[in-house]
Amino acid sequence: MARRLALLVAALLVAASLGACKSNPTDEIVIGEFASLTGGTATFGRSSDAGVQLAVNEINAAGGLLGKKVRVVVEDDQSKPEEARTSVLKLLKQDEVVAVLGEVASSRSLAAAPECQRAGVPMISPASTNPKVTAVGEYIFRVCFIDPFQGSTMARFAAETLHAKSAAILRDVKNDYSVGLADFFRDEFTRHGGKILTDVSYSEGDIDFKAQLTAIRGVRPDVVFVPGYYTEVGLIARQARELGITVPLLGGDGWDSPRTVEIGGAAANGCYFSNHYAADDPNPVVQSFIQKFRQKYSEIPDAMAVLGYDATQVLADAIRRAGATDGRRLRDAIATTKDFPGVSGKITIDDERNARKSIVVLKIDDGKVKFFSKVEP
Amino acid sequence: MNEFLQQIVNGIAWGSIYALIALGYTMVYGVLRLINFAHGDVYMIGAMVAYYAARALLAPETSSAAAFFALLALSMVSCGALGFLIERLAYRPLRRAPKLTALITAIGVSLLLENGGQLVFGPDPKFFPQLLETHELFPGSGIVVTNVQLLVLAVSLTLMVGLQILVFRTRVGTALRAVSYSAEAASLMGIDVDRVISLTFVLGSMLAGAAGVLVGLSNPKIEPLMGIMPGLKAFVAAVVGGIGNIPGAMAGGILMGLSEVLVVGYVSSTYRDAIAFVILIVVLLVRPSGLFGASLQEKV
Repeated sequence: MARRLALLVAALLVAASLGACKSNPTDEIVIGEFASLTGGTATFGRSSDAGVQLAVNEINAAGGLLGKKVRVVVEDDQSKPEEARTSVLKLLKQDEVVAVLGEVASSRSLAAAPECQRAGVPMISPASTNPKVTAVGEYIFRVCFIDPFQGSTMARFAAETLHAKSAAILRDVKNDYSVGLADFFRDEFTRHGGKILTDVSYSEGDIDFKAQLTAIRGVRPDVVFVPGYYTEVGLIARQARELGITVPLLGGDGWDSPRTVEIGGAAANGCYFSNHYAADDPNPVVQSFIQKFRQKYSEIPDAMAVLGYDATQVLADAIRRAGATDGRRLRDAIATTKDFPGVSGKITIDDERNARKSIVVLKIDDGKVKFFSKVEP
Repeated sequence: MNEFLQQIVNGIAWGSIYALIALGYTMVYGVLRLINFAHGDVYMIGAMVAYYAARALLAPETSSAAAFFALLALSMVSCGALGFLIERLAYRPLRRAPKLTALITAIGVSLLLENGGQLVFGPDPKFFPQLLETHELFPGSGIVVTNVQLLVLAVSLTLMVGLQILVFRTRVGTALRAVSYSAEAASLMGIDVDRVISLTFVLGSMLAGAAGVLVGLSNPKIEPLMGIMPGLKAFVAAVVGGIGNIPGAMAGGILMGLSEVLVVGYVSSTYRDAIAFVILIVVLLVRPSGLFGASLQEKV
């Protein structure tokens, strides 16, 4: 009796495990996307997902790719690197996607990239700027610029445009993006003769920065470089102004979110940050994209949305050129992307699998983010 | 020197929040010998209640002290009710059970509040409306003390003094202290032990709720998991001050706030959380009954 029960259970288990192996219907191309739809950096994920969905809708409306419809499977990584890895594993093993789009945050891209590399599935990051991401392997790409360019642009901006002789750095020590960007800023700023008076840190998730800001106030820098994510940046701006720090705060594309001005309020005025695109760019490509986006979502896209869209279009273009979706051929097609007309600029994938693109410096003025200047690579 | 004084101001403002939460831990421990791990999450609920009430009842951009105090009162009452419920449903049935069971239940309630909070409120951080315009109080002195910081300190002190008066100068307080010495003897004296214990929970939870609103005002980012670290640190504060001792909890809270700010300002922010636990270990090794605690002698 016990023997029969054991055999029955074993049979059920085998049946169940076989049932769990999905095989995708062959009339669909399945793409995976992992993004931070919830958590501390939720606007990054929601924006990039909005861009991806817009692109996929357009592609399907135009007949799909290679005669098949495109389906995107979206996984929420809750703004956590461990979850990013789990999400991507699910996309690779369970959904058997042909390519992965993601992520905006470099820490989370770094957590997931080894899995894509190991599985031989191309991954395109829309907005991760830490150079280590594409260094993981030949299957990992990005459609944005990298932090050495971003850090040095902001350093040069501080030294030459703002005439800053000294700076303080307030970096997020738990964040690969922030640490990398702070180092690149530091290198270039000192190369221009500037002095880094103090380099203090906080952790993602902190809500009180008065201790670090008091130390910064004590050394009286000309500018403060805060290469963090928008949630903490907003609070830092507030507390800095409360403590009487009046100099401009500078930052990177991690500032790009409608929440920055919402959280920072009047404290964010007079601050500058580098980004991938400016909403007030008169370029007709940009403006028509903004129109399309507003029609679907009733809001102005931020850089993460634009890059999510561009990453998807680059992937689609590569699939068309490869004429196939298997890992090796798709990877090779992505690697030879040249002068692809993206909304954020012409995208050419170089030998390190990064894109050479221009940077815009934006200024927060009167509660609005405005274009300030553009820097070519 | 200015910088050091500024850090002291920052530390005291931050520490008074820990003190408010620590009071709840210490009172419940004194009366029940139970470490109520769910206490930090009551603080979170206080902040959330005030946030949603402000959203629902106030016009956006309202900035008035009256609105703030109304929200404070609302939060305190809601958290008091929550504390009462938790005691009734989770701890009272276990009054006769081994202490370990109650401790595990406390952890369970904590997890329930945290994960339930994530489900109900959503895991994304929310931004407390700015109910009061922040401005500097002594401009030109080189040390920045904002009106909000002073308010936090003033409200905390008032509540703490109020609690002291309640516990040491009223009959209810005497009953509370009697139950903390010996519940059995107190009940023999005609004290309704159940009511006293409920009152303890209500008082402690009210203070935690107040702390939640004050934090929302001064550091406006709130989220369902915000109570974990402050709860732990407030627990350390209560132990450092002498668990069961009310002035000890206040002193412990201020000490925790000061040490955290000084470590972050002068050493490195990576040790922000570590310093609290280092202090806990040192205190337990050197003076386990805490700074103000009475050293208990075993009488054979």
